[in-house]
Amino acid sequence: MPSPPAALLAVGAPRRTAVKRNGSAPYTGVPRVRVAVEEAVTDDDLLVARVRLLEGFVGRSEIADIAQLALQWLGETVGIRQSICLIRPDGESSLFVVGAYGLGSAVSSYTVSLEDWSNPLVSAFNQRKALFFPGPHSAADRKRRPSTPLEDAAFHAVPLGVSGVSDDAFGLLLLGGAQPMGPDLHWFTSIFSQKLDQMLHQNVLAEGDRKQGRERTLLYNIINAVSDPILLTDTEGRLLIANARALTLFTASEEESEGRRGAVRMNNMLLSSALSSKAIEETGATRRELLLVNPVDGSDLVFELLSTVTEDPRQGSGVVSILRNVTDLRRASEEIEENYRKMRIAEVQARAESDRLNLIIDSVADPIVVTDAGGGTSLMNDPAERLFTIPTDASAIEQRWVQANDAHFSSFIAGMLVSADQRRVGEIGLSDPRTGEAMPVEAIAGKVLSEHGELTAVVTILHDRREALEKARLYTQLQVAADELERRIQAATADIAQQNELLRRQAIELEQASALKSQFLANMSHEFRTPLNAMLGYTSMLLQGVAGPVEQPVKRQLGRIESNGRHLLTIINEILDISRIEAGRMPLQMATFKVPDLVGEVKAELEPIIMQRKLSVTIDLPRDIKPIASDRQKVKQILLNLLSNSLKFTHHGGVTISARRNAKERTLELLVTDTGIGIASADQDRIFEDFRQLDNSPTRAYGGTGLGLSICRRLAQMLDGRISVQSQVGKGSTFILTLPTKGRK
Amino acid sequence: MNTKTDRPRVLLVDDYPDAREMYTEYLEFSGFEVVEAGNGMEALQRAIDTSPDIILMDLSLPVMDGWEATRRLKADDRTASIPVVALTGHALAGISEGAKKAGCDAFVTKPCLPEDLVREIRKILDAPPSSTSGKKGRRSGKYAKTS
Repeated sequence: MPSPPAALLAVGAPRRTAVKRNGSAPYTGVPRVRVAVEEAVTDDDLLVARVRLLEGFVGRSEIADIAQLALQWLGETVGIRQSICLIRPDGESSLFVVGAYGLGSAVSSYTVSLEDWSNPLVSAFNQRKALFFPGPHSAADRKRRPSTPLEDAAFHAVPLGVSGVSDDAFGLLLLGGAQPMGPDLHWFTSIFSQKLDQMLHQNVLAEGDRKQGRERTLLYNIINAVSDPILLTDTEGRLLIANARALTLFTASEEESEGRRGAVRMNNMLLSSALSSKAIEETGATRRELLLVNPVDGSDLVFELLSTVTEDPRQGSGVVSILRNVTDLRRASEEIEENYRKMRIAEVQARAESDRLNLIIDSVADPIVVTDAGGGTSLMNDPAERLFTIPTDASAIEQRWVQANDAHFSSFIAGMLVSADQRRVGEIGLSDPRTGEAMPVEAIAGKVLSEHGELTAVVTILHDRREALEKARLYTQLQVAADELERRIQAATADIAQQNELLRRQAIELEQASALKSQFLANMSHEFRTPLNAMLGYTSMLLQGVAGPVEQPVKRQLGRIESNGRHLLTIINEILDISRIEAGRMPLQMATFKVPDLVGEVKAELEPIIMQRKLSVTIDLPRDIKPIASDRQKVKQILLNLLSNSLKFTHHGGVTISARRNAKERTLELLVTDTGIGIASADQDRIFEDFRQLDNSPTRAYGGTGLGLSICRRLAQMLDGRISVQSQVGKGSTFILTLPTKGRK
Repeated sequence: MNTKTDRPRVLLVDDYPDAREMYTEYLEFSGFEVVEAGNGMEALQRAIDTSPDIILMDLSLPVMDGWEATRRLKADDRTASIPVVALTGHALAGISEGAKKAGCDAFVTKPCLPEDLVREIRKILDAPPSSTSGKKGRRSGKYAKTS
């Protein structure tokens, strides 16, 4: 590259300023201003004018200014009164006016299309050949001429370009005038072309510089805007470019805390080791996980490291790394994993629950069927399956039974599905699929609704009614039997009641009859006694000699009358007593009395008989015998009877009256013991019966009515006591009267 | 109207003539003066008329029975103090009770031998004067004894 001539040093100064202003790194390929210095300068004025033009160029940066200055200089110095400067901007296919001299303002809208090959100006431009267009002399001339703002004036079309730099022209100069091109004009064209070329290149470069700066800024902004750290490192892992996010992770100033700086050191180390691994070279772009420390709070950060090796021939290889923060992602992933695990557990539990439910459902003896809203069976337990599914080994008839069952059930469910009822209870006539036996079941169906109230399923429980029906049948039979039994019992009861009533009436009648009998006997005895009274009375008076002395034989006969009369009276009295007892008209006169006194009275009353029988009567009572509460008269009557009996049936020996207390039973026993003829044990019960003497023959040896012991027994019962006998034939008898010491209960 | 004698006067009331005659004969034999009546009404009249020392009253009587007669006797000041001995062949329960209620002082069941009756009469007449029988002090305490 040639050194710039001394004259241009000053010219070059503004360019340096421009370079400074851009502030960018030095670059190569900047075109240098080349000035061809003409050696043949003879005219000082001309030289001064040329310097003046060159000075004019200095400090002007706009092409339009330069073009205007140049055209003006041309008009004033060279005498070109009309001129136009056209430039082809980069990328355009037309020539535009950048400057004009000696022409109206309308010239600025003039353009030349480079695609119009017929235009001679285009060929002059393309071929870089100056052309001269003389003023037209005819219409044909005018037609050959290009249309320009110069109109019919003669003009030169001079292409603008710099030889050796580029073969193409970049502009066209239209110079009015018919004069030939002189050396001034050549110099001008050359210097002007070079200046324009320089200006054009400067413009292009400045534009490129600005654009590059903007793009770089934008790029940085973009990189910084990325929340993921982005790094460019050299092959040794040294940091070349980092975005803001990366800077917080991998750089720290001296002022920052030790912890933060430590975290940054650690991060750099981790990154270097990650990048230096061979994987990068092998695959070019890799993804791997990189664990870093957040310098701000020390927490763990997980990044996905994406590294790409870039090849730059000028600056060597580097590694572009993008770190994607996957901490949250990992956390989310862990959460997802955890949720999935929970879901699995829940699923297992749900399955266990479902299994358990199935077990429960299967364990229910009643068939259970769950039907979905479409009427399809979604679940049934084992008992239901036996009813509604055809077993593999089923015979044709069994299949028909199952099909019939299914049809019956489907009809029931269909009714349930279309009805508005929430619950339905019905009876379905099914058949036992094994036996074909009629199997009426009670179906209880309930709808299962979703929380939106939509029908999701129908659960039906079937209950075999056979047992219940059988029970009901048996119950009915039982009821019938019970009714029959009750009817019979009622009949029997009525019968018994009737019998009872009959008996009661009979009893009343008997009672009445008995009372009548007793009354009759009482009356009769009265009637008997009144004449007997007179007979005994007169007999007694005769014996006493009331009416005068009586002879001894007569007295003996009167004595017979008296004794028979007394016997008759005794009989009448005893009959009367029986009657009174039976009629319940024998009142008790309870009192407390001393037993020894009573026994003495009894003995005294029978003293005449005792004397007559020549028997000994011994009273043998304990000294401490206490008074007893009873009916004195009745007790006396009993003892009189017992003692007179003993006297009657005793021929030798004697009679003993004794007593003993039974403290436990609170009773007193009065014993009449004789040495008489005795009573056989077989006869011992009979002696207490009415009108009973053991010898019932008319010629019996002993007198008496046979009512005595019977009366005694009755009287003892009235007193809550009893009479018993202990006897041995030939040895004697003991009659025992047992009485409560405290009277009747 | 009988003249009053030293002998105790007995009013014997009985509707059965044989019995009345028998007892009268024996009582007179035993040293009593006897006034007879055949029914209750008659007995009242005789009691007022003769003021007997004791009255033997059969309870079953025509016209007016013995209970009623006894009640009237005991209700009349003139006869209230005279002891009444009830005589009856009815030995059924309640008879003696009814007799005591009517005002009888003693009770004798028929058949009763004449001597037993006399013994009963003497027992009553010899007894210390009770509130009813001893009021007028009319009892002589002196009567004949049977052999």
